[in-house]
Formats: sequence, C-alpha cells, structure tokens
Amino acid sequence: MMSADPSATGERGAAARVRTLARRVFDRIDGAFDPAFGARANPWRLLGALSWFLFWVVCVTGIYVYAAFDTSAAGAYPSVERITAGAWPLSGLARSLHRYASDAFVVTMLLHLVREWTHRRYAHVHRFAWLTGVALIFFVYAAGIGGFWLVWDRLAQFSVVATTEWFDALPIFAEPLARNFDSDAKISDRLFSLFIFLHIGIPLATLAVMWIHVQRLQRPATTLPRPLAWGTLASLSIASLVKPIVSDAPASMGVEPTSLALDWFYLAPHAIQYWLSPQALWGITAAATAALLALPYLSRAARTPHPRAAVVELSNCNGCKRCVADCPYNAIEMIRRTDGRPHPLQANVDADLCAGCGICAGACPSSTPFRSVGDLVTGIDLPQKPIGAARDTLERELARIGVSGRADAAPGAPRVLVVGCDEAIDVVSLRNPDTAALTLLCAAQLPPSFVEYALRIGADGVLVTGCREGDCVYRLGQDWVEERFDARRKPGLRAAVPRSRVRVVWAGRGDRERLDRAIASFRDELASLPPERRAKLVPPKRESASRAVLP
Amino acid sequence: MSVHPVNKAVSYAGQALGYTAFCAALAYFSTSPTYQHLPPDGALVKLSLQHAGQRKEPCRERTPEELAKLAPNMRVATVCGRERVPVAVEIELDGRSLVSAVVPPSGLSRDGSSTLYRRANVTAGSHKVIAKLKDAPTGDFNYIKEITVDLKPGAILLLDFDAKAGGWVFRT
Repeated sequence: MMSADPSATGERGAAARVRTLARRVFDRIDGAFDPAFGARANPWRLLGALSWFLFWVVCVTGIYVYAAFDTSAAGAYPSVERITAGAWPLSGLARSLHRYASDAFVVTMLLHLVREWTHRRYAHVHRFAWLTGVALIFFVYAAGIGGFWLVWDRLAQFSVVATTEWFDALPIFAEPLARNFDSDAKISDRLFSLFIFLHIGIPLATLAVMWIHVQRLQRPATTLPRPLAWGTLASLSIASLVKPIVSDAPASMGVEPTSLALDWFYLAPHAIQYWLSPQALWGITAAATAALLALPYLSRAARTPHPRAAVVELSNCNGCKRCVADCPYNAIEMIRRTDGRPHPLQANVDADLCAGCGICAGACPSSTPFRSVGDLVTGIDLPQKPIGAARDTLERELARIGVSGRADAAPGAPRVLVVGCDEAIDVVSLRNPDTAALTLLCAAQLPPSFVEYALRIGADGVLVTGCREGDCVYRLGQDWVEERFDARRKPGLRAAVPRSRVRVVWAGRGDRERLDRAIASFRDELASLPPERRAKLVPPKRESASRAVLP
Repeated sequence: MSVHPVNKAVSYAGQALGYTAFCAALAYFSTSPTYQHLPPDGALVKLSLQHAGQRKEPCRERTPEELAKLAPNMRVATVCGRERVPVAVEIELDGRSLVSAVVPPSGLSRDGSSTLYRRANVTAGSHKVIAKLKDAPTGDFNYIKEITVDLKPGAILLLDFDAKAGGWVFRT
C-alpha cells in the first residue's frame, strides 16, 4: 500500500520525485542512526513520540517557571530576569529548558510531518491523523509565540507588534490591533492577563488536539524508550547550561529594535513578513495549509483505491476481541451479536478505517491451520489474501521443497519456510529447492500456529521477515509478531515449538543482502542442531482427504 | 544477547554525536543568525490614527409639522444622517509623500471611525514632517501640522490624531 518507489505506485511528476528522494534521505538517516540508538529507539522513527515527550518537558518547566513569574506589565520583565538569575533553585535552567524543548518540539513536529509525507501516510486510514496534525502546527506556533511575549523584552515587543500587524493585514478588524501597542501607556496589567490566558489556554488546547490526533491509532507512540527520553532530557539540559537563554533589553514601545537575536524556529514568519509583506505571509500560509489539507483528498495516494477491508465471518467468530486489540487503526469494534449464536459479541469492521493489513486475521483464534476443515475459513479475514489461501500456499510450497518426499536436494540440507510481507522484500524471489516462501499482507497476518504447522509438516525451520526494524508500514506488525512468538500476546507460539527453529529477521526492501546472510546463517544453525532437536514434530492430523500433501 | 563492550562504546559515542549535533543546531538557531530588523541608521515613522469623519449630511432641525407627526416620545428636534465621510490623510516627509490614503468609515452603516495604521522605515536624522487630515465633506485639509524632528537610530515617530487635543499628535 505504501511503496516508496514511484514506478511501483504509478506516481509521476516532480512531486513524486521529490518525495522519493526525501524518502531515501530519511532511509539513509534511519540507517545511520540505527547502529547508535537501535532501531526501536531511533529518534528519527519516533518523531511523534519525541514531540510528546518534549511537550511534557515544556509543560513541567513552564509550570515551574510560572510559579516565580510576576503577571503584571511592570513586573513581568524583572521577574523573568530574577528567574534567569535563579530566583528559585534551577529556575534559570528551567527557563532555558523550557525554550529549548519548545524549539525542539517545532523541529520534531515538522520533521514528523515531512516523514509522514515521504511515507505517504496522509490518505485513507491516515487522513484523520494528517488533518489533525496540520491543525496542530497552528496551535503549536500560537502557543509558542505567545510565550515570547511574557518576557516583555525587545524580542517580545517585536513579536507582538509583528503578530498584530500581520492580523491587521486582514480586513476584519474595525480598529487595527497594532494600535494597542503603539505606546508604553497602553501596555496594561489587563493585557498581560490576556497574554497569560493565551499562553496557558492555547497549550491546553494543543494537548487536546494532540490527544485527538492519536485517537484512531492502537497503541499510539506517545512515550519514548527510556534511554532516548533520558538522553534527550540530558542533552537539552547541557545545552541550557552551556548556552542559557537570556532576555533582550526591556521592551520600549517608543524605540524600534534594529537587530534581534531571533528564535528562528518560532519567529521566522515575522522576518518573512518584513522581508516580503504581511499579505505575502498570509498568502504563503494559506497556500501551504491548502496544499497540506488537499493531500489526503487530491493526491495520487488518495486517488488509489482504498484497500479492501477485512470481512467478519460470523460462523467462525466467537467474539474474543483479539482482532480489536491488535488492529493498528482501531477499525474494529465489538457489537452485540446479530446471528443468535451463544456469544454476546461479534467483531464489526469499519471499512473506512481498515488499512487491509490482515493483522486481525493473524490474531483470530479461528485462523489455526490445524483445524479439521477442508477449506480454512477464519473469523475475520482479508478477501485479497485469505488465511485459507495462505495455508494452501504453505502446504504447496512445503511439498515443492520435498518435506513430503523430495529428491532433488542434498540429503540433510535444512529446508526452510520464509514468510514475508508485501511491503518488504519479495520472499517469492528467495524460492529455491530448499526454501519455501509464503508472502502475506503483513508479517503479523501470520498466525503463530502456522509456524508450528510448518514444522510439524516437516520444515526444518521457519524464518519470518517484514519491513526494516521499527518501520512496519502497518505500525504494529513487528511488535505483535515478536510478542506472539514470545507468548506475551495471544495467540502465542506454543511452548512446544523449539525457538531454535524459528527466526525473525526485519529487513527492508534495500536489505536483501542482509536477509540472504541471515537465511544462510539460520541454515547453518539448523544444520548444526543435534538430530533430536531437528526431528519432525508430530505431524498434524487432518480429516480432509483432499490434502494429499500432508505427511 | 550481550553486546560487545567496543560496540557499546561506539554506540554511546554515536548517540553523543547525535545529541550534540541536534542541541548545537537548537542552541544556534534559537538566537542566530542575528535578524536585522532596521538598518543600523534606520528609524521608523508610524502612523496610527482612529478618527470619525464628520457626518456626510449636516444635521437639520425638524419642522413643527414633522415633529407633530411623530409620537410624543420620538419628538427629537434635531435629526442627523448616520453616514460619515471618509477621512483623507496625507503625510509628507522631506517633501515627498509617505502616506496618501482615504479611509472609509467602519460599520455596516458607515457610521464608525476611520482607522489607519501604517509604518515606514526612514533613515535616522533630521526630517521635516507634514501631516494633513481632512474629515469634512467639502473643502481642503482641515488639520495640518508640520514639525522638524531629529530621529535617533531606532527611534519611532508616532503620528496620532486626537481631535479633542486639537488634531495631530506627534510623539517620539
């Protein structure tokens, strides 16, 4: 669904080329950071979670600093000076941390936006998160710029005048807002109460929108791995100590600042406004916003057909809720039973939210291939790649490599089943006389019982692969595979399955050599296993006479 | 699986490099490069006024016949049209036009104030400023003020208008 290759998606044009190039840049950066941070704690893959973390840092330091802040017009600047000098223990550090975390928040937020764009996560099931994310940009900037005003130094003066002059370019105010800031006499305590109201109210609204932003995601990434959180906090603290944030001279409405130590992360729009014009800045803002809002509706990705949604087969659904727990996009809900069977609930799929990943089918207890039915029909399945067809392919492939009577391979050579997904390396290209291949929509579409089934039929080992580690197209596929194989999540891989004969290798489309090496290494390990550990498990018993491939 | 100490050290070094690069970029762009808002020898002339023009039609006294037709509680002798005239403003700096605008009154019935806010960058130093305003339906500018100011670098000359105070108010 989310291929980066324009030729694979039918994309053409400059935008597609730019997006592909940007995707490659991100992939390179991911690859460069993986060895240092680990794929699961790579900050480039956790830009959203990093933004959440930075938001909390901004909140905590903001509350701490606010406790020593004087909310009057005349007292604001001196109180910030006292805070900077250490009115409270570490208050100067807190002020700097507040600012640097805010700056970092903007950086991670915008990088998150670009990354999601390069991964084409803005249409169909991603539309809601994309649109709310675009709204968030405005909330974050409004919250951040308002914070600069509270210091009431020359930077604050510049920013507040620039902001009001920008709004005055719209013909909606009877009196120019900027008139409220043309003399010191007009700067009142009431005005500062408004500033404070804005700087508390808008961040609260930002938090609300951030919460809405992740509502359609299962297990949203809103927390950082602990090492990354501590590392980020420590590095921002060091930056605060090395280069503490200080105020400019006090604001004076009768004197225009000539040069300013501008915070470019938040206040660059002011500079653009004065380089061009307020109207030009409105034009840029409106055009950028319109383009971002149009992407989920007008882009090529948006015009590609929506993936076929999962379908519930009530006769095989017992209302266990596992599919609900595993769906990455909260597309499944449990509703009251409609077929009169003695289970209180049944699964129900919202087709608009379904990404068509098949993870639900991998979670369904009815997906076990050991079931004594001729045609395997499960409780929830994907019409484009049903579980029953996966079992047929698995059996056909294992028959091809001779687990039930092979003659063309060296005796004793380990016979391996490689299970892959449509979003990563095409595992069908790995097929050879000793390697069977099964490709699914997502690695987590694989019910763990399929692994045991393959070993019982006679495979020496099963290797599961998918997207590059931490880069699952369907967000949670890798987590679910690993948790199921570790029996930490239902359906789990049974304890009777020897883990030495099961391998998980996450490898993206560009990691073919690494996957080849991993398969070769796995073969060597399988070959070195003592005979009793490599012995066949008890073959599955099946009633169907039509499955002649079974041993 | 245990990680080789060398690999661990390299990993930590890589992390330190990543954090340092990120924080260095943050620290730099949070205050740099310096933004030159005005040239070092620049000053600012700011025009900020809010003033209601005179009524478009003069008030008139109702005739006794007109008053008689009204309900007793509505018999106000003077009747005025709501609409006001646009306010014309011209600012000249050293003989050249800096602002020339005709500002319509605000409000759906065009009975509100005319407001105007403009800013113009000028060089610091001595300047002759002439401000003109016309708020009457006919005639020429009825408020004119002329001054010569010496603007220091960064200074703001604020041109405001207060009819009660006699017209133009210049503040530096």
